[in-house]
Amino acid sequence: MLVIGLLAFVAQQINPTNPFASWVNPDANRLTGPALRDLIISGLNLGVMYGLIALGYSMVYGVLGFINFAHGEVFMVAVMSSWITSEKLFEAGLWEDFFIPSLLLTVMIAIVVSTTTAVVMERIAYRPLRGSPRLIPLITSIGVSFFLQNVAIGLFGPGAKRYPQLPEWLTARRTLLWIPGVEVEGTKILVLVVAGVSMAMLWYYVERTKTGKAMRAVAEDKEIAALMGIDVDKTIVRTFAIGGAMAGVAGILWGLLFRSVVATTGFLPGIKAFTAAVVGGVGNLGGSMAGGVSLGTAESLGPLLLLEPMGVKGPTQLKDAVAFVLLIAVLLFKPSGLFGERLSAEDRT
Amino acid sequence: MSTIDTAHSMAAPTAATWSPSIKRLAQTAALCGLGLVFISLIGMPVKLNSRALIEPILSRGYASLAWVPVMFGYVVTKQVVLEGMVAQKRGASDVAEGAIVGAGGGLLLGILGILIDNFDLRDPLLNWSPQLLEFITFGNGLGFGVMIWVVIGGLSGAAGAGLHLLPATIRRFIMVIVVAVVGISFLETAATDLLQGLRLEFVSDGIYSKTSGLTIKGSVITGAIAAVALYGSQQLQQRRLTRLSQAPPAASGFTPGAAILNSFGDARSRLKVGLGILALILLPMVLGGIMNELLANVGLFLLLALGLNIVVGLAGILDLGYVAFFAVGGYTAAVLTSPNSPWLTPELPWFVAIFIVVVVAAIVGLLIGAPVIRMRGDYLAIVTLGFGEIIRLLFLSDWLSPMFGGAQGITNIPGVQVAGLANVKGTDPRAVFYLVMAFCAFAIYVSWRLEGSRLGRAWMAIREDESVAEAMGINTVNAKLMAFVTGAILASLSGAIFAAKVGSIFPSSFEILVSVIILVIVIVGGMGRIAGVMVGAAVLIGVLGGPSQPGLLQELAEYKLLIYGALLVWMMLKRPEGLLPNVRRSRELHGDELTQDAWIKSQVAAQDEIDSDGAGSEVPS
Repeated sequence: MLVIGLLAFVAQQINPTNPFASWVNPDANRLTGPALRDLIISGLNLGVMYGLIALGYSMVYGVLGFINFAHGEVFMVAVMSSWITSEKLFEAGLWEDFFIPSLLLTVMIAIVVSTTTAVVMERIAYRPLRGSPRLIPLITSIGVSFFLQNVAIGLFGPGAKRYPQLPEWLTARRTLLWIPGVEVEGTKILVLVVAGVSMAMLWYYVERTKTGKAMRAVAEDKEIAALMGIDVDKTIVRTFAIGGAMAGVAGILWGLLFRSVVATTGFLPGIKAFTAAVVGGVGNLGGSMAGGVSLGTAESLGPLLLLEPMGVKGPTQLKDAVAFVLLIAVLLFKPSGLFGERLSAEDRT
Repeated sequence: MSTIDTAHSMAAPTAATWSPSIKRLAQTAALCGLGLVFISLIGMPVKLNSRALIEPILSRGYASLAWVPVMFGYVVTKQVVLEGMVAQKRGASDVAEGAIVGAGGGLLLGILGILIDNFDLRDPLLNWSPQLLEFITFGNGLGFGVMIWVVIGGLSGAAGAGLHLLPATIRRFIMVIVVAVVGISFLETAATDLLQGLRLEFVSDGIYSKTSGLTIKGSVITGAIAAVALYGSQQLQQRRLTRLSQAPPAASGFTPGAAILNSFGDARSRLKVGLGILALILLPMVLGGIMNELLANVGLFLLLALGLNIVVGLAGILDLGYVAFFAVGGYTAAVLTSPNSPWLTPELPWFVAIFIVVVVAAIVGLLIGAPVIRMRGDYLAIVTLGFGEIIRLLFLSDWLSPMFGGAQGITNIPGVQVAGLANVKGTDPRAVFYLVMAFCAFAIYVSWRLEGSRLGRAWMAIREDESVAEAMGINTVNAKLMAFVTGAILASLSGAIFAAKVGSIFPSSFEILVSVIILVIVIVGGMGRIAGVMVGAAVLIGVLGGPSQPGLLQELAEYKLLIYGALLVWMMLKRPEGLLPNVRRSRELHGDELTQDAWIKSQVAAQDEIDSDGAGSEVPS
C-alpha cells in the first residue's frame, strides 16, 4: 500500500507534463493518463494474484517454518487443469453456450486439483521431514518444484497452450465503480472481485471459525496446541489445502487474464508471490495481500515511472528485476515485512 | 510409511491383522499401478523402446517399466527390524504379497490400455497415443495386453519380494549382476568408444549386438565377470579383516600396530590417488571426441560444484543464485578476450584475463554477499536466487546490451593459448579436458587445504550452530563472507573456461536451472566432502548430462530434469547426507536416530537384567 501510494503520488506529480522525465531523458515516452490508469489496473490485477499465491507461502511458513518453494507449481497445476477443462468444454460446445456454468465447473476442477496437489505434496515430501533442519525441507521443495514442472512438460509438452476465447460481454470495457472516465476490461474487474471475495472468505475462515483458531494455535506453538487436543497433522494438512485452494483461485484468474499457459508458468509468479509474502510480513494474511498488491503495482509501474526517466533503455524487460530488488530491499531494511510477521514461538528467535 | 512398516513387522500374521494387511496391499498395488501409468504417460517407454537392453528379449522401453513392480514387491515385504525385536519368519506369503502388488499394478496399466483404446485424450496428454497402446498390448489385442501385464507385474513383484527370501550374500550378487548388465548395456556408446580407443573392438563386437543392446551371450559374460569381481573383492576384504584382527594387541596409550597399519593405509590410499590421476591423464588419449567432450563437461560442473560445496557444504549457506558467478566469470572473460565484444576490446590472452576474472568475481561476490550474509538461512536462499535472476536479466537487457550484447551475447571468443603448446578451443575437447582438469585439481587442493584450516573449521562450526560458533569467538560474518567469495571465485573460473570452450556466450546459458543442478550434484554426492562432490558430478553430469550438455544416457535427455527433481527429493527423504557422506554432517542429521538406538539398547539391556532368563525381550513403550 505504501508503495502504491508513493508510486501513485509520483505518477500524479510527473504525469501532466512529466517535467522530470523529459529533463533527464528527453526521449522517454510520456505516460498519458489512460496509459497510467491501465498500468495501475493491470498492476492491481497482478498484485491480487500474487497476493492469493502468497497466502499459501505465508500460511505454510507460519505453521511449519519453511519456504515451500513448490507452491508456485501448485499454482501452475491449477492453470494447467483449468486450461484442460476449458479446452474440453470448448470442444464440446459448452463453453460458449453455457459460459457461466462451465466457468464454475472449471473453477471447481482447478481448485480441487491444486488442493490435492498441495496435500499430496505435504504427505509425501514434507511430512517425513518435520523437525529436520530448516534448509532440508526447503531443498526438498526445490526438488518437488523441479519435478512437477518437468512432469507437466512430460505430460503436456513444452509448448504454450491457448485458452478458448472468452465471451464478448466479459471482455468488454466497463466503467469501474461508476467513476466516470475509468473504463476497464470486464475480466480485470472480475479478477479484482473474485480475489477480494476469496480473501474475505479466507479471513473469515482463519479468524472466526474453530478450525481457523486451531490453525493459528498450531502456528503459534505445535506442542502446546497438541496438548490442547488439536490434531496437529490434520491442521497442517488443512493449511496446505487452503494454500492450494487459494493458488487454484489465482490460477484460474491467471488463465482468464492471460489465456495462455506453459509448464514454467509457475516459477516467476511463485517467487514473486514469496516476495509478496515477505514484503507484507510472513505469517500475516492481510500483509500478504497488501504485499502482493504493492509488488504488482511496483512491477507494472516501476519500470516506466522510475527506470525510464533514469535513461534505462527497454525498461519493461527489467520488471522482474524490479520485483527482486524490492525483495532484497525489504529483507535488508525491514526483514519482518511492512506489516510485521507472525511466526511460531520457536522461529521467532 | 514407516509406521505402517513397523506395525507390519510387529504383528503376528493372525486373522485379526489380515485386514489392514489387505488394505495395505491394495494401497501399494494402486501406487505401483500409478507409477506404471505415470511412466507410460510421460512417454518414457515408447521413446526408449527403439533400442534393446538385451537384444532379442528385453527392450529398454519394457525395462523402464519392469523395475517398478520389482521395487514395489521388494518394498511391500520389507521389514523394519528393530533392535531387540524378534524378526518375523519369511515365507511364501511374502512372495504372494509381492505378486499381488505387482499384478495389481499390471492390471492398472492394462486398464490404461483399454482407456486409450476407447477415449481420445491426445489433446492435452501428448503420449496418449496409438504407439503407447501398441506398446502395452504388444500389438496383440487388448485382452492379451491386460493379461500379459497382470502376469508380468505379478512375476516381477514376486521376484522383488523373493529377494528377501535369499540370503544376503546371494541377494548382493544378484543386485551387482543386474546393475552390471543394465549399466553395460546402457553405456554402449561410451564402452564402444573406449574399447575402440584401446584397440579392443573385438570385445565390443562380441558382447553388443549389431543393432543395439547386449546380446544374450554378452549379458551372460558381463554378469559372470561382475560376479567374479564381487567374489574377488569380498575375499580380499575378508583377508584384510583377518589380518586386522591378528594385529598385535594394543598396548596402553600408544599403539604401534595401529600406527603401522595407519601409515600402511595412508600409503595405499596415496597409491590409489596416484593411479586415479594417472588414469585421468591417460584416459583422454584413448577416448574419442564425444567422450572427451563429456569429460570436459563433467570437469566444468565439478569445478562449479566444488565451489558450491564450500558455500553450502562447509559453511552451510544455501546459495541458490550460484549461477550468477558462473555468468560473471564467463562474461568477464568474454569481454576481456573477444575481439567482438561491443564495449571493451582489450583482447587480452586468456591466462592474463583469468586474473582479472578472479578479481571481478571476488568483488561481485563481496557486493552480493555483504548485504545478504546476515540474513536468516532460508531468506538468504531466496535472495541469492533473486540476485542470480537479476544478473541474468541485466546481461539480457537492452539497457546493458552496448556492454554485453544483450540476447545476442558475445561471440568469437578465442581459445586458451597455452605458452606455445596448444590453443585450447571447444573444437578440441581433449585439450579442454586437460585444462579443466588442471583447474579442478587446483580447486580440489584448495578445498582440501581449506577444510583443515582454521577458516574451514570455523565454517563447519558455523554450519553446526551459528550462535555457538559466535560465542566461541568466530567472526561469523567475515567467515561466511569468505566462503561466499571463495565459492564465487571457483565458479568464475569455471565460467571463464566455459566461455573459452564454447567460443560464444549468451544469457540463456545462465538460467536458474544451472544453480539447481549444481546443488543436486553437491547434495547427491555428499555435502561437505570433496570425494562425494566428485562422484556426484561424474554420475549426474556424466550419465544424465548437464542443463544443455548431453550425458551418456542420451535417451533420457528429455527426462533428465525430471530425474534431477525426483532425485533431489528422494535424497532429502532417504539419505540427506549424500552418497559419500561427510562424517560430521551425517552425525548432525541423524543424531536423533543414534540417541534413539542407544536408548532402545539400554532399555533392552535393562529389561534383560530384570528378566534374567533373557528370553522375551520387548521394548517397553
